[in-house]
Amino acid sequence: MLNFAKIAAWGLVAVAAAMAANYARDGAYLVHALIIMVIAAGAFFWSVRQVEEHPDKEAADPGATGVTYLDGPIRYGVIATCFWGVVGFAAGTFIASQLAFPSLNFEWAQPYMNFGRLRPLHTSAVIFAFGGNALIATSFYVVQRTSAARLWGGNAAWFVFWGYNLFIVLAATGYLLGATQSKEYAEPEWYVDLWLTIVWVVYLMVFLGTILKRKEKHIYVANWFYLSFIVTIAMLHIVNNLSIPVSIFGSKSVQVFAGVQDAMTQWWYGHNAVGFFLTAGFLGMMYYFVPKQAERPVFSYKLSIIHFWALIFLYIWAGPHHLHYTALPDWASTLGMVFSIMLWMPSWGGMINGLMTLSGAWDKLRTDPIIRMMVVSVGFYGMSTFEGPMMSIKAVNSLSHYTDWTIGHVHSGALGWNGMITFGALYFLVPRLWHRERLYSIAAVSWHFWLATIGIVLYAASMWVSGIMQGLMWREVDANGFLVNSFADTVAAMHPMYVTRAFGGLLYVAGGIIMVVNLWLTATRGEPKAAATPVAAPAE
Amino acid sequence: MDHYSFLRELADSWALLALVLFFVGVIVWVFRPGSAKAQRDSANIIFRHDDAPAAAAELDPKEDRE
Repeated sequence: MLNFAKIAAWGLVAVAAAMAANYARDGAYLVHALIIMVIAAGAFFWSVRQVEEHPDKEAADPGATGVTYLDGPIRYGVIATCFWGVVGFAAGTFIASQLAFPSLNFEWAQPYMNFGRLRPLHTSAVIFAFGGNALIATSFYVVQRTSAARLWGGNAAWFVFWGYNLFIVLAATGYLLGATQSKEYAEPEWYVDLWLTIVWVVYLMVFLGTILKRKEKHIYVANWFYLSFIVTIAMLHIVNNLSIPVSIFGSKSVQVFAGVQDAMTQWWYGHNAVGFFLTAGFLGMMYYFVPKQAERPVFSYKLSIIHFWALIFLYIWAGPHHLHYTALPDWASTLGMVFSIMLWMPSWGGMINGLMTLSGAWDKLRTDPIIRMMVVSVGFYGMSTFEGPMMSIKAVNSLSHYTDWTIGHVHSGALGWNGMITFGALYFLVPRLWHRERLYSIAAVSWHFWLATIGIVLYAASMWVSGIMQGLMWREVDANGFLVNSFADTVAAMHPMYVTRAFGGLLYVAGGIIMVVNLWLTATRGEPKAAATPVAAPAE
Repeated sequence: MDHYSFLRELADSWALLALVLFFVGVIVWVFRPGSAKAQRDSANIIFRHDDAPAAAAELDPKEDRE
């Protein structure tokens, strides 16, 4: 019966999407309606065939008894992470090259492939597609292992995976076609936001449901970080995307807030996207995968609890530092600055906790390139959480704001901390998820490590030079008080640094491709795990 | 008093006090006597159930470990 309801629902969605495509008022909405129509129609036929071939499929679900972990969505999540990672890095390298060589804004591809449209595609691809899929996959892995329970909600985890990736596809195609609400890291338009809200609520239910039915007494600290990430992102996403669509058949919407209130809401969202998506969620990864790979428990569990509460108490207030010297009241921007500086302490507490987990096992740094990756990642976390508070100080910010220094800061955090810890987690996960003895090639991991590290160093160093030079050139005045440099002068002066940056990105994407090949060969040709322990057969 | 002023005063008085007390409470709770043993046990959760969920046989392991 349920099967027929499902078939009918898919059919109705396909018809509704076809009607929406017919009434569509703009290109992005039309393409999105067609995408949904094709997916729904495909799912309709697939469901029909399922009924023919497996009339009693519902009765024969082997995992329903709870004797195994639900790893299918995690395997898909790992594949999606790899795919979107390479896409996002390649897009970033391309737009970096566009800045160095403007002729790469091809005339024949206008306006779809110009810098303005590809930039949000790059940021969303790396943060939400690469980082988001990594977070969802690892959170599902970690919450099952640390709760000793199968994921709650049956196929809901599959819905989270497919629903989230549909959101990515709609967001990415929307940017290229010009549908954006012009909010940094929150560019998708209203119907894409609504869809993500639904997916996110299901994600929260699956995660929380698994925690509630856990067989361990204590909720492991990684799950606290993951949970704060899921809950806070839900809150941020809903408030920052409050908008009224112009038409139900068009992608354009109007924001509810205006002026400085809108700007403050946007950067309250934007900085906490950094704080809870790129920090809290990835700290969840750190607190599981670093101790696992080092084969010893976390350095101090006390510190991890204090780290958690201090971090979430302080991060939420740091947003106003994005709006120094604007229409925002002075007290608000001072508040943001003070909280940003206080944030330095919990951040370094977490870094110390991650690094010291290796105390007594430092020799692993020589033999295990995966642990080396994780340590460099935590090192970059420490470095960018020192640089960030420093840049939030008003005097420093007056030099660094609107310059490439900010871009360099973001990338030392994103490439160094988020990228490296994700690579480490992927190298940890793939042999286990595909039941392999070990990775296909450890030498390739070393290659990846060095390419990525050198790439980040080139990126960050060139952006420091270019950003500080840019800031100094903008404020340089002559004896009579006139500005010395025009904007175009700074652009010309930055060219060598832009080329260096693009080269650093090229190294990073090369490392990413080596990783994907290595993981692919691990999954397909790796040595199978010897004498896999039979599940669900208690020895008597 | 309008909404803004009321919320502003609430935020930087009672709400601030409550949040600080909560945070201090967390620290006290973390360092409570006897916490080290429980925390050592918690830190080792990650090494326990790698391949399969807790078996149905050990129905109430929450008490097993005490």
